[in-house]
Amino acid sequence: MNTKVTIAGVEFKNPVMTASGTFGSGMEYSQFVDLNRLGAVVTKGVSNVPWTGNPTPRVAEVYGGMLNAIGLQNPGVDVMIERDLPFLAKYDTKVIVNVCGKSVEDYIEAVERLNDTAVDMFEINVSCPNVKEGAIAFGQKADALFNITDKIKKASKKPIIMKLSPNVTDITEMAKAAEAAGSDAISLINTITGMKIDIERRKMVLANKTGGMSGPAIKPVAVRMVYQCSKAVKIPIIGMGGIMNGEDAIEFIMAGASAVAVGAANFINPYATIDVVEGIERFMISHNIADINDIRGCVE
Amino acid sequence: MFYRNIDEGKVISQEEISSGIFSLLVENKGAAFASPGQFVGVYPNSKDTLLMRPISICETVDGATRLVYRVAGKGTKEFSSLKKGDSVRLLANLGNGFPVDEVKGKCIVLMGGGIGIPPMLGVAKALKGEDVHAYLGFRNNDTFLADEFMQYCKLYLASEDGSVGVKGNVLDALRASTGIKPDVIMACGPMPMLRAIKKYAEENNITAYISLEERMACGVGACLGCVCKTVKKDDHSHVNNTRICTEGPVFDAREVDI
Repeated sequence: MNTKVTIAGVEFKNPVMTASGTFGSGMEYSQFVDLNRLGAVVTKGVSNVPWTGNPTPRVAEVYGGMLNAIGLQNPGVDVMIERDLPFLAKYDTKVIVNVCGKSVEDYIEAVERLNDTAVDMFEINVSCPNVKEGAIAFGQKADALFNITDKIKKASKKPIIMKLSPNVTDITEMAKAAEAAGSDAISLINTITGMKIDIERRKMVLANKTGGMSGPAIKPVAVRMVYQCSKAVKIPIIGMGGIMNGEDAIEFIMAGASAVAVGAANFINPYATIDVVEGIERFMISHNIADINDIRGCVE
Repeated sequence: MFYRNIDEGKVISQEEISSGIFSLLVENKGAAFASPGQFVGVYPNSKDTLLMRPISICETVDGATRLVYRVAGKGTKEFSSLKKGDSVRLLANLGNGFPVDEVKGKCIVLMGGGIGIPPMLGVAKALKGEDVHAYLGFRNNDTFLADEFMQYCKLYLASEDGSVGVKGNVLDALRASTGIKPDVIMACGPMPMLRAIKKYAEENNITAYISLEERMACGVGACLGCVCKTVKKDDHSHVNNTRICTEGPVFDAREVDI
């Protein structure tokens, strides 16, 4: 049975990754999960300098999922290089660093600082709905996305994955722009912008008013978008959005994803990533699938 | 001692000890390693409440964790129907407790307000025999746990309506009791109470440890949902924000900007 997948020349032992922002730098969940069993650890978004993030409350539960408006709090790329990357280097898993920024220059500075480290790939966050400058502003217009992708691709020594926002009219336009500008892969979906009101207090639950929705309720939207993008572009897709178990992951792969990422499920079940790895293997055995790559995009 | 696991807990007993306040005793592996002021994440069974509910540990009793909580929403409503023998999943143990070993030999004042009272019982128990004075604040005469504190320390009550103890809050009760000069205050309760204690402690040059609460998702330091502002740059985050679930929930009041 083969579970290996290759994206932009990087080989992953299985298609299961962590979704950025839900797994810290890997350290926090390593007390539950053997990181060696994961295809890749995708880190929390990191910027050229430390970011404070948004005021609290930053999270809220909603039916079938949650909202978050963390605002990309992170210690900056220097701390990642000194503390988090050496920790991850101890494990036999691929490391994908998620990079965020307020300007094109911010992204490029972070990428250049990380270029000569042992990072395998960069995931470029142009889709966080919770910061006022940068991030999603680059990910909601095809020409802006093309421009930033082109510049980061030229600055990067590693393959890049543009992470797309679902908060657009036609996500295939974004996928095509990323592909045309040279992105090696795309990942989708980031969270869907939502809101929750406390009707007793007549107040917003989140200090940021809006937050990104994740969790099992968003899965059908994510599967649809992965399917549409897989028909629109040739570059590999990392699918995510509400994956809770192996069957969910198989659904994304059949929709056209080369790999999948597990996000909010980590909060609901700290062993979720391993459950997905094992669930995929069980499905392959019970359905006589010799190679995970054989079922990618198998639905018409 | 550090213990971190998903425990399949078994309910030993549950009772409603005051209006909407429940005392749940759960046998779990982590109980033996818990320290006063730590908390656990309790997972609802219902599929429409996905995240764990962070609940402070009231005390541990013979390999069981006692949680005293208020029914505040869907998750805690579900917990309130748990019966003897039921299973309940706990993410145990979370956060750092009160520094009980560092304060021995001092005049220690414990302060609990409302549903912030339960963790202070475990602190009182750990400090039995020390010079400990517990001040509990209630809304009215619908009190809970007060009798249990009397096994471990001296007890002072305050209520907003004056129906029990001193009319006012826990600081009013402290000011009303003569001859008590605390070296250390340890407290858990609503944010206005903790702010007032921080101010009181700073004005009187008293060390205060306060336990904070915030909406949480992961409980283990990954999601950065539950941060609190800090006076100095935090060692982990490198910004003026610290994780309540991991660096807290108990902080030296001087270190947090609340």
